[in-house]
Amino acid sequence: MTQEAIFSGFGGQGVLTMGMLLGYAGIIEDKEVTWMPSYGPEMRGGTANCITIISDTSISSPIISTFDTLMALNQPSVDKFEEKVKKGGNIIYDSTNIINVPTRKDINIYAVPGSETAVRLKNSKVLNMIMLGSFLKVNPILKLESIWKALEQVLPERYHHLIPLNQEAFNTGMELIAK
Amino acid sequence: MSKKKLMKGNEALAEAMIRAGCDAYFGYPITPQSEVIEYLSREATNRTGMVVLQAESEVAAINMIYGSAACGRRVMTTSSSPGISLMQEGLSYIAAAELPCLVANINRGGPGLGTIQPSQGDYFQATKGGGHGDYHLIVLAPSSVQEMVDYVLLGFELSEKYRCPTMLLTDGAIGQMMEKVELFEQMPRKTEFPDWATTGKPKDSDRRIITSLFIQPEKMEQINLGLQRKYREIEKNEVRYQTIDTDDADYIFTGFGLGARICTKAMELGRAKGYKIGVIRPQTLYPFPYDLYFEHSKKVKGIFDVEMNAGQMVEDVRLAVLGNTRVEFYGRMGGIIPTPDEILENFEKMFLQ
Repeated sequence: MTQEAIFSGFGGQGVLTMGMLLGYAGIIEDKEVTWMPSYGPEMRGGTANCITIISDTSISSPIISTFDTLMALNQPSVDKFEEKVKKGGNIIYDSTNIINVPTRKDINIYAVPGSETAVRLKNSKVLNMIMLGSFLKVNPILKLESIWKALEQVLPERYHHLIPLNQEAFNTGMELIAK
Repeated sequence: MSKKKLMKGNEALAEAMIRAGCDAYFGYPITPQSEVIEYLSREATNRTGMVVLQAESEVAAINMIYGSAACGRRVMTTSSSPGISLMQEGLSYIAAAELPCLVANINRGGPGLGTIQPSQGDYFQATKGGGHGDYHLIVLAPSSVQEMVDYVLLGFELSEKYRCPTMLLTDGAIGQMMEKVELFEQMPRKTEFPDWATTGKPKDSDRRIITSLFIQPEKMEQINLGLQRKYREIEKNEVRYQTIDTDDADYIFTGFGLGARICTKAMELGRAKGYKIGVIRPQTLYPFPYDLYFEHSKKVKGIFDVEMNAGQMVEDVRLAVLGNTRVEFYGRMGGIIPTPDEILENFEKMFLQ
């Protein structure tokens, strides 16, 4: 199994954390992991992305040209990366935020009303967890329990009371794909 | 839980420094390597008593390294391109005084203040001296977060073995990315120091003097000849490299650090199209594996060198192959990282059309 994914959105939407969380969960299952962030001006509010690769075998390059999955949380991400998704690959996008939707016919496209759902859960900050739930439903590459363990590792202890909210968001994201 | 951890390149570098029993770090923050001093100031002193000091500038930092290396301590600094330029005078002095120390350059785009994005534009500066006078640094080029850890230990060992300042030449992307790493066990800090260290005049022997000033030309030439003998020794013993699928290769892709890993992905894509491609990755940039390239040059149709600069290591590759085979170059600058597809397309354009 090798999953080559890109998570892309505005700075502050938590796209880097999505990839990182997947990476920590991958390590828990002793997978090979690379997580390559765009750093620099993006981190100060522009568009941000990270390429995350999870694999059973060694990973030659953390930089890749095409992706198995594009997770897009804003319009520029769809505009920029739709063409870079491999044939038969996936685009998962936040349908609340994205107006010009992806149109390719040779890939699987999942519209997830992430931001709208986050508002319904009364915390816009859990958008990334909703979308990560959708990601894992589409790509069941890691166990749910590894994600929960990774959450404990990534979140500083003073935020551990927020873990149930994050889990709820994640589960909701999974359900949004099932429907 | 396995002992393996997910770590950022810069943090892994800092953790390896602590575990290697490093006595002191002097540095000045600069993107994209500020995590190093952040991590050390949080972790190091409490754990090993290591000194972590933010100097007033890179010039001060490298001279603090000079001073503490003269006392036989295991010392390190890190910076990124513009900061490394400021350190060149100090590095020349340290090379002349034959002191061990480790310097990491988390290369960013230049020239000038440039950009904070990754680059390999400091290859010439790192491998050909950088400062004034006839000297070399031993230069290691990590291509993964694991090698950021392993080469800290290797770098200290080599620099101490040869009393030669050593550089880890890596780039902003490897500093910022996260990968799985396995860390080595904590090593104790040194309690005994070499017999050249200036730790106070011993009762039973002469004063120890560390200097880089030798006014008499005859004496200076002897110093130069001694340095050159040492460099020949390093060139004989310490060349390190990795080859991938070169046995049946018609073409060789080559690069260092991150560039070599992207080349490896391009090689995989090329092999899937039926091209017999192999990869050579020098792990030491000084000493450079000239003989390895020469041997391969007799067997292959061409060598394709890819770097994140305008073509620097390619000069050494051309020197190595002595015209035996065609050598072409492709590079990106300004903080742009070439993609595997882009590398393969350019290979096809240059060699197959």
